[in-house]
Amino acid sequence: MSADNRKPDDTDGTTGHEWDGIRELNNPLPRWWLYIFYATIVWAIGYVVLYPAIPGLDEASKGLLGWSSRREVASEMQAVGQARAATIERIEATPLADLRHDRELMRIAVEGGRSAYKVYCVQCHGSGAAGSPGYPNLNDDDWLWGGDLAAIEATLRHGIRATDDESTRNSMMPAFGRDGILQAAQIDDVVEHVRQLSRQPFDAAGARRGAAVFAENCAVCHGPAGAGMREVGAPDLTDAIWLYGGDRATLARTVHGPRGGVMPAWEKRLGPATVKQLAAYVHSLGGGE
Amino acid sequence: MSTIDDPLVQGSFYQKRRKIFPKRVHGPFRSLKWAIMAVTLAIYYVTPWLRWDRGAFAPNQAVLVDLAHRRFYFFGVEIWPQEFYYVAGLLIMAGIGLFLVTSTVGRAWCGYSCPQTVWTDLFMAVERRIEGDRNARIKLDQAPWSAAKIAKRTAVHASWLVIGLLTGGAWVFYFADAPTLLRDLFSGQAATVAYASVAVLTFTTYVFGGLMREQVCTYMCPWPRIQGAMLDENSLVVTYKAWRGEPRSHGTKKADIADLELGDCVDCLACVNVCPTGIDIRNGPQLECITCALCIDACNEVMGKLGRAPDLIGYTTPQRDVAEAAGRPLAPLWRTIVRPRSLLYFAGWSSIGLAMLVVLSMRDRLDLTVSHDRNPLFVELADGDVRNGYTVKLLNMEPRPRRIELRLEGLPGATMWQPLQESVRTRVLTVDTRPDGLEAIRVLVRAPRDLVREGSVDFRFVAREVGGTERSIEGARFNGPEA
Repeated sequence: MSADNRKPDDTDGTTGHEWDGIRELNNPLPRWWLYIFYATIVWAIGYVVLYPAIPGLDEASKGLLGWSSRREVASEMQAVGQARAATIERIEATPLADLRHDRELMRIAVEGGRSAYKVYCVQCHGSGAAGSPGYPNLNDDDWLWGGDLAAIEATLRHGIRATDDESTRNSMMPAFGRDGILQAAQIDDVVEHVRQLSRQPFDAAGARRGAAVFAENCAVCHGPAGAGMREVGAPDLTDAIWLYGGDRATLARTVHGPRGGVMPAWEKRLGPATVKQLAAYVHSLGGGE
Repeated sequence: MSTIDDPLVQGSFYQKRRKIFPKRVHGPFRSLKWAIMAVTLAIYYVTPWLRWDRGAFAPNQAVLVDLAHRRFYFFGVEIWPQEFYYVAGLLIMAGIGLFLVTSTVGRAWCGYSCPQTVWTDLFMAVERRIEGDRNARIKLDQAPWSAAKIAKRTAVHASWLVIGLLTGGAWVFYFADAPTLLRDLFSGQAATVAYASVAVLTFTTYVFGGLMREQVCTYMCPWPRIQGAMLDENSLVVTYKAWRGEPRSHGTKKADIADLELGDCVDCLACVNVCPTGIDIRNGPQLECITCALCIDACNEVMGKLGRAPDLIGYTTPQRDVAEAAGRPLAPLWRTIVRPRSLLYFAGWSSIGLAMLVVLSMRDRLDLTVSHDRNPLFVELADGDVRNGYTVKLLNMEPRPRRIELRLEGLPGATMWQPLQESVRTRVLTVDTRPDGLEAIRVLVRAPRDLVREGSVDFRFVAREVGGTERSIEGARFNGPEA
C-alpha cells in the first residue's frame, strides 16, 4: 500500500465479486498462514497413517506405529508395580510388631491397605468400614477375635469359619432353641439377663431367673460376667456394641439359633504383603489395640 | 485455488509478505526507545540473579517461581497456590493499566515496552550493524548469492540465534536457583524440561524477532484489534497533520512552488522508510501502527533541514488535531490526559492495588482447615462413648519450622489423639510443622454420649504457635446417635 500510494492502485482492493452492487473487499491473508494450514493437513495425514484413527465395525485402524492405549496403560501399570516392588518387599519382610514402629513404612502400609480394602472388603464391611448387622464395624474398639495388629492379621489370613483354611478361626454357639436345649421361656429369661449385663432396660424377675440359665449354659464361653472370650470369638455382652442387635427380639433369635458369620481366608488370594497392609489399615481406623 | 486465477479477481486472496527495511533514525523518541530497551532487557536478564535472604529453610532467590514445590517468591512475599488470587489481581491490574495507558497515550505499550517490540528492535539493530542501513540491505537482498552475501546473512542469523539462546537461557533462571542451574546447564545435569524450554524460547525468539516481526503484531496479537475500543478523540496518537502537510510538494518544479498553495509535506518518504511495520502514517491511524513514534523523529529531521516548523507528524489527539487545523486555541495537554475516563481507570487500577496490599499485609501465615469424616459420621464405642474422626491440615506458611498447639474448644469431657502416632488421649496436641509446609494429621475425638443428645454439637479447633501469638480457629461439628 504505502510505497505505492503515489500511483493510483490498478486494483480497487475488492475480490471482483459483485452482488446487486455490493462488492466484496479483499483482505488478503498472509501467505505463511496458508502454508501453516497446509502443514496441518500434512500432519493430519501423517497422524491418520501412524496412529489408530479410522473407525471400523469392531475396532479402529491399527496405525503403522502399532500404538494402543491399552498397551500404554499396561506398561504404565508395570512401571508402577516395579517402582513399588522394593517397598512391598520391605513390608513383607518387616514383622508386624516392628512395622508399627516404622512410621514411614506404616504410613505406606496403611495407604496400601486402604486401596486393597476398597476392592476386597467394602462389599461386607462397607466403604467407611462401619459394617452393618452381621458384619462388624471395624472402626470401633470392640473386637471379637482380638484387635491388636497380630490378631487382625491372623483373622485376615485365615478368615472366620472359612471352609478352605484349616487354621481358620472357628467356633459355633449352640443352637439353644432350635436344638431344644432351652425352653422358650428360659430363652426370654436369659435375654433379660443379657440386657441387664449390657445396662439396658430389663425385667428384674426374668433377669434373676435368667442369671441361673446364663451361668449354666453361657458362662463357659461368654464368661461369668458376660465379658466374652476372644479365644473362641465369644462377644462381650456387657458393652454397647452388638453385631446383630441388642433388642429383645434379636437377642432371642440369636440365642435360639447361632448365626455363624463367615469371612473368607485372604492369605491365599492376596498374599502376605497385602494382608499385612490390610491389617495395618484396619488397625489405623481408630480401634486398634 | 482456481479462484485466484479467476480473471475477475483483481488480487490474490493470499498476500506474500512485503519485505521491510527500516532506515536508521535519530531523535528524542529513538533515544527513549533505546533507553527503555536497555532498562527492560536489564530487568529481564538481571532479576533472576538478585538474592534475598529468607533464612535456612527457603530459597534465597529474590524472584523465583518454584513449580516443583508450588511456591512463588517475590522478594519479601511468598505466594502459595491457594493465594493465586494475588496473581489474578496483578493480571487485572495489568489489564486496567493497559486500558489506562491506551486511552491516554495510545499504544505506548506496543510502541515501547512490548517484548515483541523490544526484541525486534534489538534484532534490527544487530541486522543493521552487520548488513548496513536501509539502502545497503535492499541492495544486499536483491544481489545474487555470493560469498559475501552468504557470510553476512550467516552472521545475521547466527547473531539472532545467539540472542534467542540468551533469551531462552535467561527465562529458565526464573524457575530454579540461577547459579545452580547455570552450572547444571553447562555440565549437562539440568532437567530435560530446562533444555527443552531454552530450545523452544530460542526458536520462538529467533522466529518472532528475526523472521516474523510486524506479522506478529498485525496477524497474531489480539491487542491491535481491541485498541479501537480503547482509543477515543482524546487519546494521544501519532498523527500526520494532513491540514498542514497537504497538498504534498513532491515532483513540483521549483519555479511553480511560489504560485501554488502547497503543504509542508515534501513527500520525502522519510516517515515510511523508518517505519518498522512498513506503513504510511499519512494514511491516518491504522491497525498496523504500533505508535513507536520513529516517523516523528524522521519527519522532524527533514522539517529541521528545510527550516519548517516541527511536528508535521506528532503526538496529538484527534480532537486537538481538528482544533489546531481550525486555528482554535488549544487546551493544555494535561487536560487531555487527566479526564474522567482516565481518572476512572486510574481509580480502578489503584484501588485494586491498594486492596491487594492491605490483604497481603494482613494475611495469615498459620492456617487451619478441618474436614470431618463423613463415612462413618461417628463411631459408637464399647463403653458407650462416641468417637468422631477429623483430618486437620496445619499450614505453616513461614519459612521456619514451627511447633503448633492444637486445642479443643467447647466439647467438655472430650479428648483427642492421633491414631497413627498412638498418642495419649488429651485435650492439647502438639504438632511440629515443617518450614513452609503442610501437616495433615488425623485426629480422633472421643466424647461421652450425653454430650451429643441432640445428634450433633458444634465446637472449635484452635491452633496456636507455641511461644508465638499467631493463631487460627476453625469450627467443627461432633456427631452422635440421636437419643
